[in-house]
Amino acid sequence: MDTIDKSAAGPHAATTAPSWWTRTCRALMRRETALSIGVLVVFLAAWEWGPALFDIPAYIIPPVSEVFAEFFRMITVDRLFYHVGYTAAEVIVGFALGTLLGMLIGYILGMSPTAEFVLSPYILALQIAPKVAFAPLFVMWFGFTVYPKILVAVLIVFFPIMVNVLGAIRTLDHDLVNLARSFNASRLQLFWKVEFHAAMPPLFAGLRIGSTLAVIGVVVGEMVGGNTGLGYLLVFGSGSANTAMVFVSIILLTLIGILAYVAVVWTERRVLHYIPARGAATGGI
Amino acid sequence: MSEPRLEFRDVTKRFPNRNRSAGEAESYVTAVKDVTLSVADGEVVSLIGPSGCGKSTLLNMGSGLDLPSSGDVYVDGERVERPNEHVAFMLQKDLLLPWRSIRENVEFGLEIKQVAPADRRERALELLDKCHLSGFADHYPHQLSGGMRQRAAMARTLAVDPSVLLMDEPFSALDAQTKMVLQQDLGETVSATGKTVLFITHDLIEAVALSDRVLVMSQRPGTIIEEFTVDLPDRSDPMKRRSHPGVAQYVPKLMSLLHIGEAAA
Ligand SMILES: Nc1ncnc2c1ncn2[C@@H]1O[C@H](COP(=O)(O)OP(=O)(O)O)[C@@H](O)[C@H]1O
Ligand SMILES: [Mg+2]
Repeated sequence: MDTIDKSAAGPHAATTAPSWWTRTCRALMRRETALSIGVLVVFLAAWEWGPALFDIPAYIIPPVSEVFAEFFRMITVDRLFYHVGYTAAEVIVGFALGTLLGMLIGYILGMSPTAEFVLSPYILALQIAPKVAFAPLFVMWFGFTVYPKILVAVLIVFFPIMVNVLGAIRTLDHDLVNLARSFNASRLQLFWKVEFHAAMPPLFAGLRIGSTLAVIGVVVGEMVGGNTGLGYLLVFGSGSANTAMVFVSIILLTLIGILAYVAVVWTERRVLHYIPARGAATGGI
Repeated sequence: MSEPRLEFRDVTKRFPNRNRSAGEAESYVTAVKDVTLSVADGEVVSLIGPSGCGKSTLLNMGSGLDLPSSGDVYVDGERVERPNEHVAFMLQKDLLLPWRSIRENVEFGLEIKQVAPADRRERALELLDKCHLSGFADHYPHQLSGGMRQRAAMARTLAVDPSVLLMDEPFSALDAQTKMVLQQDLGETVSATGKTVLFITHDLIEAVALSDRVLVMSQRPGTIIEEFTVDLPDRSDPMKRRSHPGVAQYVPKLMSLLHIGEAAA
């Protein structure tokens, strides 16, 4: 009977040869990857020759070759990479601070129902307020520095993180808490050994959202004031009727967002390695 | 008899009534009322009763997680006021932490007690071996079957070396075969280590197979309405005891005490 029990979990399942199913999935993925690349090629071709075909002037939609040329021009003339680095740094700092703050407040409110009760109406109000609307205010306060940009990012990243962490602690199985208590765990031990880890999966769901929001926060901050960053180039390009420059800025901002998101997913895979079939459930991203 | 390991003296527990608006006039619910019981050193006592009669509440008070509204709980003659290291509990849910490997889960209690890493590792591996999980130390809970997870929970409970085990329907979520295997393990382990056990179950045969004594509780407010000694050999070998003809005499008795026949009629 012992053997029945042991075979149920099958520790050797992982070492067996790929099943018919996984092999089919892989083949499918290769075909889908090829299709994906095909879509990109068609899209680029349409972008290159489509506007001319429909008599759309280059100042509305510049062809892709022109955008590329502008990209290289900006590298040499406009110190493009300096601006990219600036924006990326603000995104990283804003994202990191927003995350830390969201976790901190989330854990504190999660552990203290009184604090949550007292503060929840104000937090809700702040959550409803459109965070990007604070950008001009922050520029008035801090001038054309990095601070208003980072601050908008912090504010915007904070909420999804805090809400998810708070929710995780609120819904923690009470028996789990009792288990720790039965071993005479201190409040701090309960936090570090149970609550902190239990909040990780929802935290990462929040981080995925936060990573894209951080870019929005920083760009809005840059668009409102200052003379650095991709948000500034965006506004500058728009003001000087340089549509290609606007396109370059948008594409690079998107790339920064993608990198931030991928970094979160990469970390998530490592931290939440104990959750079964995570990759499959999220479609690989 | 020597001094009891675990003792409840006139224990009553009331909870604030959450459903007061639903027509109940009382502002509190009496979950258990005037319960007096004692479990001797090395004795295994089963507690059975209808659901909601306060069995779990009783166990929570035994482990010091909850305090009686009146009356006292004693472990080794000492009044229980908070969780203490002599008592450990195990529930129907395995409560394994998904982010910890099986070995780390078994070490959980030892880690809280700040046992040195090398020592607790050694102890965990030793217990996993005893619980037939030696090859699974580095697996994660989701990779194990229900029975194996419950074994790991058992190892975690034993790791802190409690003298009293409080078990709340620990095997009720398992399939019949796995359940018998785990009962056998428990029977053997408890006899070998001389642990004192208070065991809640809904399974009448399980109660008879595992224990020295069976206590029957009434509907809420729960009190102990009947108590009898299981006068059968082989407590350390539940498998063998199950097939003893004497089991047949206890089951109908328990059924009538629990009004099972009337409910079915
Ligand atoms: N924390 C609590 N607050 C209010 N009522 C409770 C609480 N815990 C248990 N009860 C009530 O006490 C009674 C006994 O519960 P419990 O001990 O869980 O029963 P059992 O384990 O025998 O099924 C139930 O009616 C339950 O609703
Ligand atoms: Mg119960």
